[in-house]
Amino acid sequence: MIKVSGLTKDYGSRRAINNLNFDCQQGEIVGFLGPNGAGKTTTMRILTGYMPPSDGEAIVAGYDVVEESLEVRKRVGYLPETVPLYHDMIVFDYLKYMGELRHVPDVDERVEEALDMVGLINRSNGYVGNLSKGMKQRVGLAQALLHRPEVLILDEPTIGLDPGQVVEVRELIREIGRERTVLLSTHLLNEAQNLCDRVLIINKGKIVAEDTTENLQARLLGAERVVVRVRGEADELASSIKSVKGVRKVETLDDGGVEFEFASGKDLRPEVARQVIKDGYDLLELRPLGMSLEEIFLELTNNEGKK
Amino acid sequence: MKNIWTIAKREYDNYFNGPLAFVVMLAILLPMGIYFSLILFYTSQQAFFGGGGAPDIQPINGLFVFLMVFLAPALTMRLLSDEARMGTLELLLTSPVRDSELVIGKWLGAMLFVLTLLGITLVYPIVLNNFVDPGIDWLVVLSSYIGLILICGTMLALGVGISAIFTNQFAAFFVTLGLLFFLYFMIGLPAGLLPQSGEVFNYLSIQNPFDQMNAGTMTLGGIVYYLSLISLGLFIGTTAIEIRRWR
Repeated sequence: MIKVSGLTKDYGSRRAINNLNFDCQQGEIVGFLGPNGAGKTTTMRILTGYMPPSDGEAIVAGYDVVEESLEVRKRVGYLPETVPLYHDMIVFDYLKYMGELRHVPDVDERVEEALDMVGLINRSNGYVGNLSKGMKQRVGLAQALLHRPEVLILDEPTIGLDPGQVVEVRELIREIGRERTVLLSTHLLNEAQNLCDRVLIINKGKIVAEDTTENLQARLLGAERVVVRVRGEADELASSIKSVKGVRKVETLDDGGVEFEFASGKDLRPEVARQVIKDGYDLLELRPLGMSLEEIFLELTNNEGKK
Repeated sequence: MKNIWTIAKREYDNYFNGPLAFVVMLAILLPMGIYFSLILFYTSQQAFFGGGGAPDIQPINGLFVFLMVFLAPALTMRLLSDEARMGTLELLLTSPVRDSELVIGKWLGAMLFVLTLLGITLVYPIVLNNFVDPGIDWLVVLSSYIGLILICGTMLALGVGISAIFTNQFAAFFVTLGLLFFLYFMIGLPAGLLPQSGEVFNYLSIQNPFDQMNAGTMTLGGIVYYLSLISLGLFIGTTAIEIRRWR
């Protein structure tokens, strides 16, 4: 449903996004993850037909975003980062206006349907300006859902919502994502982890990783790290562990534990345990350290700076 | 076409959401009403003493245009600048609406408001028709109102175009006011100073064709001039929006 190839956008001399390539299938929720200024919003603005790319092409719902921009815009629902609302309009009128601009049939019923989906049906006669931030966010979401778009592009959809609403909105997105394509940006990693089928990690205008959250974890764990804790001195323990063949990067921890790693696929934990016990230690703990998406993210986005 | 109408309708309604519509109505209808009463009073007094001509609506329609030079910028200043400032432009530009439809819709919304005002002012010729024997010349009234629609359309189109350039509505207001002031009052001045070669400046003034239409003389040149300026204003607006996309 979304196919991006070689997408590049320059703002003057600054390159905001550089040669992006990715696709999103129908019925897939894709998370767009990256630090501020990575190019998430720029990419979304190109996909929604707000601005043309400097180079490359993007096909959304079967239409080119530059050549057939109007066709794309008919089929895309978009929630921008700063939810744009007319504060002096009544909620219902605002949604009706947006619906009319998109030629939604039976617009009154569809507005009520959208309001019902985001749980704002009882506020439909109030002014947009009087709503709380979370409610405004939900009006923005209703606006994006109004025309039952094939592709939904959401820039930070749960920002500013209270925890209860976050759960509701995620549930809603999950529901929509079953049939339609959802591309959402977020910098909440747990959101990406529990909402998205696939994650694109973008940094400095480039995609640095693209996979399911599980695969990303596995792939980055080229090595598995384990922490060992015994009764006794960590320094001595470290030398004992070092003597096991295949163990790398042995580090003593401040709290008396020892961390080491080995190439993934070849589990050295039994050997290490045997060695530790043979050397006369009381083994208290032998625990693999999983890498959270958070760490993966930091790893990937910091790498660039280190090089 | 449907999009243009949708946008125009919202803008029209939006004028009445705030005080602007009522302030503009007051600012234009009150002076006109006072002026009209004075004209009636003056001409009836003259007639009583056996002199003077029949009153007509020319002076009050002239007053309408004079006031519009100052009020048109107020009507158009926030039409597009505010959308850009509030971020709602992003919403409109990602809706299936052409940039030109957006700009024309905004202009039409302001136009509908001015047409409402003009509709209200129709009471003056109707009242006048009852005072004057054998009635007023409705063809002159028609020509005058066509002139009013064209010159107001011109002012609003230029205002919408300028509003698309700025994100600050007050910047849009003052630039539009300056431009309209220049085109209405100042550009014709050299014509008086340079009797031979200055004639061309008379053609550039937006005041002159209206004055002729207000007096009952429709000129093709005048109509074409207004329509070109309307197109220019809307073209500037559309281009400014397109440039915004590329930035």
